Amino acid sequence: MSLMLLIEQALNGLQYGVMLFLMAAGLTLVFGVMGLINLAHGSLYMIGAFACAAVAAATGNFWLGLAASLAAAAAAGALMELTVIRRLYARDHLDQVLATFALILVFSEGTRWAFGSFPLYLDIPRALAGPVRLPGGIDYPLYRLVLIGVGLAVAAGLFWLIGRTRLGIRIRAGEADREMIGALGVDISRLYTIVFALGAALAGLAGALVGALQSVQVGMGEPVLILAFVVIVIGGIGSIKGALVGAILVGMTDTLGRFLLPIAFSTFMERSQATSVGAALASMLIYILMALVLVVRPGGLFGRA
Amino acid sequence: MRRETVLNAVLALGLLAVPLAAQAMGEPFIVTLATKVAILALAGVGLNIALGLGGMVSLGHAAFFGIGGYAMAVLAAPVQAYEPLMTWPFELAGTKSMPVIWVAAMVAGALGALAIGALSLRTSGVYFIMITLAFGQMLYYFAISWPAYGGEDGISIYVRNGFPGLNTLDPIQFFALSYGVLMAALMVSWVLARSGFGLALAGARQNPVRSAALGIRPYSVKLTAFVISGAITALAGALFADLNRFVSPSMLSWQTSGEIMVFVILGGVARLFGPVAGAALFILLEHWLGGFSEYWKLFLGLALLGIVLFARGGLIGTLAGREVAHD
Repeated sequence: MSLMLLIEQALNGLQYGVMLFLMAAGLTLVFGVMGLINLAHGSLYMIGAFACAAVAAATGNFWLGLAASLAAAAAAGALMELTVIRRLYARDHLDQVLATFALILVFSEGTRWAFGSFPLYLDIPRALAGPVRLPGGIDYPLYRLVLIGVGLAVAAGLFWLIGRTRLGIRIRAGEADREMIGALGVDISRLYTIVFALGAALAGLAGALVGALQSVQVGMGEPVLILAFVVIVIGGIGSIKGALVGAILVGMTDTLGRFLLPIAFSTFMERSQATSVGAALASMLIYILMALVLVVRPGGLFGRA
Repeated sequence: MRRETVLNAVLALGLLAVPLAAQAMGEPFIVTLATKVAILALAGVGLNIALGLGGMVSLGHAAFFGIGGYAMAVLAAPVQAYEPLMTWPFELAGTKSMPVIWVAAMVAGALGALAIGALSLRTSGVYFIMITLAFGQMLYYFAISWPAYGGEDGISIYVRNGFPGLNTLDPIQFFALSYGVLMAALMVSWVLARSGFGLALAGARQNPVRSAALGIRPYSVKLTAFVISGAITALAGALFADLNRFVSPSMLSWQTSGEIMVFVILGGVARLFGPVAGAALFILLEHWLGGFSEYWKLFLGLALLGIVLFARGGLIGTLAGREVAHD
C-alpha cells in the first residue's frame, strides 16, 4: 500500500518535472541563443492558461483551447520580442531584468483588467478524465499520465529540432557565434524572433496543460518561472539536456520531499510537529539541492563553465 | 557645486520639508507616506551598495528586507503575549526597544546575506540573478509553511516599538526617526564608496582579473559588500514592519525584490541619492496613478519600460548628467 503511494507520488513528481521542463526549455534556449534573461517568461505561461480557459469556456472544446493557447503565447512572445526584447540584446543584464520586470507588470495587470481578479477554471477534457489502472494495480489519473507523455514527446521533438533540422543548426550556430552566422547570410533577427516565439509557445502549452489541474489566475506564472530558474541553474544554462534532467530532478525532489519528509520526521517526533517541520523543510528542499549543485559544480550539471 | 550635489541637497531637504509642511497643515497621511518613502529608500540604499558599487544584480533582496521584518516581530511578539522569547538553553525575554531590534535585524540580515552571498557569488552574471531570486523565494516559502510565526497570515504587533525619548506612535516623530536612519545610512554609503574598501569593490566590479592580480580577492570584497548591503536592507525591513505594525511573507516575495530594485534603477544605479529619488517617485506614482485606476501597475510597467529603453541612468542620471565615475 505504502509502496503504491510512493509510486503514485513519483509519477506526480515526474509530471511536475516535465511541465517544468517546458518552461525551462524556452528560458534556456532564449538565454543560450540571445544571451537574454527573460523574467516575463512566466507571463507567457499565464497567457497560455488564460487563452485556453477562455476559448475552452466559449466553445466547450478543450482542444480548441489548447490550440488557442499555443497561438496566443507564440503571438504574444513574437510581439514582445519585436517591440521590446530586441532592444535589450545589447544591454546589460540589469536593464533586461528591469524591462522584463516591467513587462510582467504590464501583462499581469492587463490580464487582470481583461479577465478580472477571480480565478478561471479549466476542466480536464472528458476523454482524459478519470483514473486508469496501471500494471501493479495502481489507479492513476489518466490526464496526468498524458501530461507526462506530452512533456516527454515535446522533449524528444525539441532534441530532434535542435539536433537534426536546419533551424536547429542555425540555433546552435547562433549560440556559438552570432556574428559569423549573420555574415553567412542567416537573418539573425528573424531567427531570434522564431526562437523567442518557440520558447513562448512551450511556456503557453505548459500553462494550458497545468491550468486544467490548478486554477487559472493572475500571478500563476512567476512561481513556476522561479522554479524554472532553479532548474536551469541545476542543469546548466543553455543546455536542453540539462533543462530536462534538472526539471525532473526538481519535480521529483519537491514532490517526494513533501511526501517523505513528514513521514521521516514522525519516526522520532510527535506527529503534528513532524508534519509542520517536515513541510517547512520540504518547501526548502529544491533550493538546498540547488545550493549543493552550486558548491559541487557552479556551472550546473551540464553547463559549459 | 556639481549638479548632482545640488540635486541631492534638494532631495534631502524636500523629503524633510514635505512631511513638516503636511504636519503643519494637519495631514498625517502624507507624513506616513513620506515615512514610507524614507524606509523604502533605506532598503534601496542597502541594495545600491551591492548593485551600484559592487555590480551584483541581486534579485533577492526581499530576503533581507523580510528577515529584518521578522526579526522585529520575533522579538516584539512575545512581549505583547507576556511570554519569554525562549526558555532553552537560557531564558531570554523579547524586547520592544527599537535600538535593540535594529541591531538584531542587522545581525540577522548580515548572517542571511553571508550565507546567500557565499553561495551565489560562486557564480556571476545571469546565474547570480537567478540564484538570488531563488534563495529569496526559498525564504518566502519557508515563512509560509513555518507555523510558529504566523505562517501565511503573518504577525501583527499591536503597539509600535519604542525609542528612548520619542513617542514613536506620533507619525512625525516616527518619520524623524526613519529619516535620521536613512541619512545615517546614506552617510555610511558615501564614506564606503570613497574608502579604500569602496575602491577595491569598484575594482572588483570593473575588472576582477586585474583586481586579483593586484592582490585583492574579488570574492571576499564582494561578499563583504553583499553582507553590508543585506544588513542595511534588513534594518529597513525592521522599520517597515514597525511602520505597518505587521509582518507577513509578502515582505519576502519576489515582487518586493523587484520593487526594491526598481527604486534603485528608477533613481539611478550607483548614485548616492538614487534610491531616495526612486522610492519617492515610486510612491508618488503609486499614490497618483492608484487614484484614478485600480490597474495602476499597468501604467507603472509602461513607464518603467519607457525609462529602461529611453532614459538610461535613471532620474538622477537624466537630471544631473551621465558622468559618475570621475569624482
